[in-house]
Amino acid sequence: MIRLEKVSFSYLPGVEVLKDVTLEVREGDFLAVMGENGAGKTTLIKHFNGLLKPTQGRVLVDDVDTGSATVAELSRKVGLVFQNPDHQLFSETVEDEIAFALKNFGFNRAEIEERTDQVLRLLSLEEYRQASPLTLSGGEKKRVALASVLAWDPKYLIIDEPTIGQDYEQKSNLRKFLSEISREGRTVVVVTHDVEFVAECSCKILLMAAGRVIASGPVEEVLTDRELIKKGALTLPQLVEVFDPLSRLGFPKAVFGVEEASELLMENLRRLKRG
Amino acid sequence: MIEIEELVYTYPEAGKPALKDVNLQIRKGEFVVLAGPSGCGKTTLCRCLNGLIPHFYGGDLSGKIQVAQLDVLSHPTRELAQHVGLVFQNPENQLFSLTVERDVAFGLENLGLPPAEIRRRIDWALEAVGIGKLKDSAPHELSGGEQQKAAIACVLAMRPSVMVFDEPTSFLDPASAKSIMETVAKLNRELGITVLMVEHRLEMALKHASRMVVMEKGGILADGDPREILSGAAEKLRGIGIPKVAELHRLLAEKNLIPPPVSLSPEEFSAKLMEALNR
Repeated sequence: MIRLEKVSFSYLPGVEVLKDVTLEVREGDFLAVMGENGAGKTTLIKHFNGLLKPTQGRVLVDDVDTGSATVAELSRKVGLVFQNPDHQLFSETVEDEIAFALKNFGFNRAEIEERTDQVLRLLSLEEYRQASPLTLSGGEKKRVALASVLAWDPKYLIIDEPTIGQDYEQKSNLRKFLSEISREGRTVVVVTHDVEFVAECSCKILLMAAGRVIASGPVEEVLTDRELIKKGALTLPQLVEVFDPLSRLGFPKAVFGVEEASELLMENLRRLKRG
Repeated sequence: MIEIEELVYTYPEAGKPALKDVNLQIRKGEFVVLAGPSGCGKTTLCRCLNGLIPHFYGGDLSGKIQVAQLDVLSHPTRELAQHVGLVFQNPENQLFSLTVERDVAFGLENLGLPPAEIRRRIDWALEAVGIGKLKDSAPHELSGGEQQKAAIACVLAMRPSVMVFDEPTSFLDPASAKSIMETVAKLNRELGITVLMVEHRLEMALKHASRMVVMEKGGILADGDPREILSGAAEKLRGIGIPKVAELHRLLAEKNLIPPPVSLSPEEFSAKLMEALNR
């Protein structure tokens, strides 16, 4: 479990970016951190692996205070994929990029090879094995950054803005992938603005505004609450916008998928028309 | 305003062309949304419009590219910059000065404009994107949406007749993204600026668009009215991420439950649905 107790943080004296945040990320959680630009989301997750230490309060990763552990020790458990892959990638080939952390964590050559193969396959990057990360598109770089972290098999996987630069199909693959590793028991935390992406993940949302956690709850609750949507600078998912006014006719509010929506409407439209 | 004929382009040392036989005519005042899966050539096409390709990137190019009556191949980027402005994904990569005003001034100073004209244009551009009050702020202190507006002001101040946006809202929260879309729509409507926008958030972009172009594998797959394109066969458009209301509308229209063409926004769809219910 990652536990934040009354955490406050300032980059500059007097300007608090996180304000008195208390939360728990439990093992097996699938969590989406959402909220406006500048709400403190990235600052929050940088506390999870000790990259940032709280100005006040404390952060415990499996009962170890991040103040008394090194980032290297914490990273073995808490893998963080940065928002901008250019800040993370530096090797000459995709393969070397993935091997780098594995070598540092002391994996042997056979293990490195096996894990590299595995993550390249998982993220559809096999054809880029020998390519320079710098020549890849933004979306591909993002997947390489994810692969390089996933390779050392961290217990907690934290990803900052995984959908940026990914097209529709890649996003849908990513959603399936994250849902699957979450079902297998890995703890997954994503920071994202992508309402439609989150709407179809079965995850919990942690909503932030101005350095505080202002709400937390399942997707069906948070993404149908107009008040919270406004406070978090989000927009309602498109289909919720459609179904919200229909709720007085007995339709559910929390409809996120097109198939579900069309079935609901097809079943009921004829009935309502006759009525 | 933009005329592209039989454009074929290959990046240096690339095995196959990134653009294959692209033909595209965009008239003055249009708002065109350019969609398509990753790697289909959208960004490459944008780079051709202000001469970054081929002047900066090199590579092999054949065909014709004309923007604002200028032949891109025979005019330097510096000259083209006054006619066509590019705005990119991440505003942080575009801003570098200590104040917003300095950032907007940078391009204008490079044009060698007199100081009074520079001041006039800065004020005008910042007002046009709605951040007049932030003139003296430091770019890094602004929100993501404000930063992107500042980046747009930098380009707008050059008074281009065409503005090209390459995924301008990717890094922004939905509320800021919506505000950027509205700002661009206003520049298009009120100043008559021709807009070409690459965007994955079609649910936000299409309602402002007069036309939609879909690319695939370096070529153009569809070109026309967004409602008509999205009302057509869904299969070939799978990769672009059809907005959920449009897809829902299409499925119901197939069963004759509501009439085509598809809706582009939830409001539009709800209105059509109510109409169908009351008929």
